[in-house]
Amino acid sequence: MRIPLSEEVVKLKPSGIRKFFDIVHEMKDAISLGVGEPDFDTPWHIRDEGIYSLEKGKTIYTSNSGLLQLREEIAKYLERRYKVSYDPRTEMLITVGGSEGIDVGLRAMLNPGDEVLIPQPSYVSYEPCTIIAGGKPVIIELKAENEFRLTEQELRDAITDKTRVLILPFPNNPTGAIMERKDLEAIAKVCIEKDIFVMSDEIYAELTYNGDHVSIASLPGMKERTILINGFSKAYAMTGWRLGYACGPAEVIKQMTKIHQFCIMCAPTTSQYAAIEAVKNGDEDIAEMREAYNQRRRFLLNAFKEMGLDCFEPFGAFYVFPCIKEFNMTSEEFATRFLEEEKVAAVPGTAFGDCGEGFLRISYAYSLEHLKTAMERLKRFVEKLRKEQER
Amino acid sequence: MREKILAVIEKNSRIEIKELAVILGMDELAVANEIKKMEEEGIICGYHTLIDWEKTSIEKVTALIEVRVTPQRGQGFDSIAERIYNYPEVNAVYLISGGYDLLVSLEGKTLKEVSLFVSDKLSTLETVISTATHFVLKKYKDHGTVLAKKSVDERETITL
Repeated sequence: MRIPLSEEVVKLKPSGIRKFFDIVHEMKDAISLGVGEPDFDTPWHIRDEGIYSLEKGKTIYTSNSGLLQLREEIAKYLERRYKVSYDPRTEMLITVGGSEGIDVGLRAMLNPGDEVLIPQPSYVSYEPCTIIAGGKPVIIELKAENEFRLTEQELRDAITDKTRVLILPFPNNPTGAIMERKDLEAIAKVCIEKDIFVMSDEIYAELTYNGDHVSIASLPGMKERTILINGFSKAYAMTGWRLGYACGPAEVIKQMTKIHQFCIMCAPTTSQYAAIEAVKNGDEDIAEMREAYNQRRRFLLNAFKEMGLDCFEPFGAFYVFPCIKEFNMTSEEFATRFLEEEKVAAVPGTAFGDCGEGFLRISYAYSLEHLKTAMERLKRFVEKLRKEQER
Repeated sequence: MREKILAVIEKNSRIEIKELAVILGMDELAVANEIKKMEEEGIICGYHTLIDWEKTSIEKVTALIEVRVTPQRGQGFDSIAERIYNYPEVNAVYLISGGYDLLVSLEGKTLKEVSLFVSDKLSTLETVISTATHFVLKKYKDHGTVLAKKSVDERETITL
């Protein structure tokens, strides 16, 4: 028998994040710092609207683009929060999470051989999605000394005449880095000059801790060359609802909607009804969760400082990305020993690109109590490693 | 500043000042001073412990009692409320809008003890017109904390 398999897909590397957590589940007393989803439940009033929609029998498909009412509310929200306006009828598509938007967007835009610039460390799906779409990923290695922001020079150096799309993953998973207005203005200038499109993954936009997030789509001349990806998972703790959206020029959204309608039909109806409530009345929930994350973020940074662990201050998402280069081991070695000896799982930076070597991703989507226990163990581990080095 | 401090310590009064200052990104001394001031001003009235007595072997009965009273000239409800809250078995007294006047939360060892308090002490007060006693059968949630079940982290392994 010949099993038909796509060579391109077989060649894709599986995500490096899973490995550790499968062990955690089997190991007694092991605790995790690895989960990349909020520890909060979806606020009740949002769940309630989902339940209510089921009670009313709203169990049918929606239009391919998603409920118009939801798109209208999202348009208002984007205007209110990020000063960028989209036509809910032609410039928006409701997707199954932000991740579908990334996939469908790349497939709608790329032709064979087109180059996609992917700053790393970053979320694991950009590279495989580019490959599946027939494009060629070109990695830009971000640097700790720039607080893992993308600089104008790094962008210029990576551009060729085949470059079509730049992925802009900020606030960033796994580094927690953000791009401020001035950083984005420098990038926007290059994109306009070199005629490059941007796919801006702003799924963590609501989680910034030094002022409001700026969307590159809101900068002059950028809305027409940007696909904005966002969703409900992180801001409203709605990961399991699988709901996101993509906004951009009507020409691109039209093609994206075509792919979406053939492989997905439409995003889950229940989730869409719940999301209307979220986007209309969820601002306070976001503020409350953001404050809780910020407290934990400060706690971790202080803990690193006390144990002398090098870490830049990240202002976004719910990750910190401490540097472990002083111990002269790879991220993977460090993470493996940390798990075996102290029973704490954290993701090696290399799971997010080769340039994550020497770093560890620590999520703070955990209670303060949990983080406290983890930091006690990390402190003990770090001290032990330093003693070993002295010998 | 006060609002943020209160929001944290309302949920966790045992947090150390140093840690409180760290998570709020504030100066330790400033936080300590602010708490002291709020204690003096009576904003912070105590640091109690939330106990689920059900899980202990100690018998306790809680009752909520609706009380209708005749307000007194010049004093309104204050003096009768004081008469009631001075009893140590009374946990809380609230002036309520609606069908009755005072809501009294009471704790006793047994049903009988609570009943006796109501019939002997509360009902016999001069200005009390009537009472209605509701015994608490189960506390599901108290002070914003769910007592009924312990939450577990059910998040699964996923490529994030």
